[in-house]
Amino acid sequence: MTTTATPTQSASDAQVANYNPKSESSTAKRAKSALFHVVAIALTAVVLYPGLWMIASSFKPNAEIGGTNTSLWSSNFSFDNFVTAMDGIGGVSTLQFFTNSLILAVGAVVGTILSASVSAYAFARIKFPGRSLFFGMMIATLLLPFHVVIIPQYIVFQQLGLVDTYVPLLIGKFLAADAFFVFLMVQFMRNLPGELDEAARIDGAGHVRIFTSIMLPLMKPALISTSIFSFIWSWNDFLGPLLYLNTPEKYPLPLALRLFVDQTQSSDYGAMIAMSVLALLPVLIFFLVFQRYIVEGVSTQGLKG
Amino acid sequence: VTQSPTLSRRSAHSDSTLPRKSRQRGADARAGYTFLLPWLLGFIALTLGPMISSLYLSFTNYNLFDPPKWIGLDNYTTMFQDERFLQSVGVTVGYVVFGTPLKLAAALAVAMLLNSARKGQGFYRSAFYAPSLIGASVSIAIVWKAMFGDSGPVDQGLSFFGINIGGWVGNPSMTMPMFILLTVWQFGAPMVIFLAGLKQIPADLYEAASMDGAGPVRKFFNITWPMLSPVVFFNLLMETIHAFQIFSSAYIISNGEGGPAGSTLFYTLYLYLRGFSDFRMGYASAMAWLLLIVVGILTLIIFRTSKSWVHYSGDAK
Repeated sequence: MTTTATPTQSASDAQVANYNPKSESSTAKRAKSALFHVVAIALTAVVLYPGLWMIASSFKPNAEIGGTNTSLWSSNFSFDNFVTAMDGIGGVSTLQFFTNSLILAVGAVVGTILSASVSAYAFARIKFPGRSLFFGMMIATLLLPFHVVIIPQYIVFQQLGLVDTYVPLLIGKFLAADAFFVFLMVQFMRNLPGELDEAARIDGAGHVRIFTSIMLPLMKPALISTSIFSFIWSWNDFLGPLLYLNTPEKYPLPLALRLFVDQTQSSDYGAMIAMSVLALLPVLIFFLVFQRYIVEGVSTQGLKG
Repeated sequence: VTQSPTLSRRSAHSDSTLPRKSRQRGADARAGYTFLLPWLLGFIALTLGPMISSLYLSFTNYNLFDPPKWIGLDNYTTMFQDERFLQSVGVTVGYVVFGTPLKLAAALAVAMLLNSARKGQGFYRSAFYAPSLIGASVSIAIVWKAMFGDSGPVDQGLSFFGINIGGWVGNPSMTMPMFILLTVWQFGAPMVIFLAGLKQIPADLYEAASMDGAGPVRKFFNITWPMLSPVVFFNLLMETIHAFQIFSSAYIISNGEGGPAGSTLFYTLYLYLRGFSDFRMGYASAMAWLLLIVVGILTLIIFRTSKSWVHYSGDAK
């Protein structure tokens, strides 16, 4: 069933190809591949358009953003919007907001790595009564709408005088409250051979040694995806800071952005969009640097963005 | 307690070591709870405790300053006479019912397209995934609002084709499509998961089907869909639960008010406004529990019906 294709035959060749892929002619193959790339590139353009529009607008003067000039390019590109955006809002510089976001995100990463890895070790490697019950509960919290707990949590933190501090935003990270990461690490550890700990036990190692010198080094991929995602989630978090922080000096970027929107009331579109770009910049850099980890993490562990 | 659990190398699994085994079991139990401590504390203090107290609060009138007053089921019954509440239910259900299937359909279609590619798959996969990472951020909400505003790029683009809707943001009947587009735009995360699932389907199934003369449609329904159904199930469950909880974008786009004409008053936004701007904490708790119950029932339904349409590879099929 070899087909020697002439261009006029290629349509019927494609039909034949459906029935036996091995006989696909190279012309049909190339046509198919070209068609794929045309469709995929068109789709890429649509998907990336909002991002490109945002970046282009951040360099444009206000008058051109909502104006009749619909092209992404402008001859008046300048950094003016970024200069305005860096001034900050409410007497607080944007650098301060950046620092705040960074403190919260780094705190989230450290807390999550410490608490989730330890708890996951218990679930994955130690047999103790009640383990499967707690594991079931942990899975259930994966599906639990966050809003069910925010009101009592707020009341408690308010009574403890911890509102307008970072404690309510960080304590959950140090107590493995993001069940997703615990689950991810449990799954990862369960795939590590059990002979490893058995051998270590026979050699007299306790759980602490097994955890620190065998498990942690082997868990590097899981620790990296956890760090990346907990950083990005904390960086983008809006509801937590909205609930707990009142003074602009303590605001992270998303909250500062809201303040910016409120106060300028869209009068300075350019600066607003420039600040949005600045707020996303670390996430975009993370994505470019770690995209393989991120996308692999999603495809193997079902992580959400 | 730090003494080594075993003394001889060989006896780890032999039956002659029962006393030591039970000692080992005790040590394991202690170690287990010690390692689990962070999660356990968090679970009790940040999840279980708050859940129970929000259940209690849902039967009270509580404004954060005076002690809670028991009012029985009043919060739950007045909800259904509260027009804003009913509106928020309508908005959210519309968003979940239209947004989630559209997003998943887009995700599956693009995953199948990419799966057929020989080159460039990695690039497209990353490019399509990017919106999922930033879609729920305040920055993107601001951009969305600007893009769909009066004479924004979307308005201008449509005008080019002779469609003059004007700004979507200020038009109560266009805000929902705008939010649905925002969620569909983030099809990348489920797409990546679908793609991983598609790669697991053995190629010889398709080859055998081709031999039997099956076309692409039959191949889809007889091979792709059943083989992929566990992944569809996972994505459907996660995306549905996720969709119910949309908050930041709604808050930013509507300036925290749910307007225009309540068309963006998502359930969680209304819950937030009741609790933290009207200080009706009891009412907000009742709303939270209703959400929990509805999400729980939906999860159960998805799980139950999954028996009839999800095929696991362990099945005889």
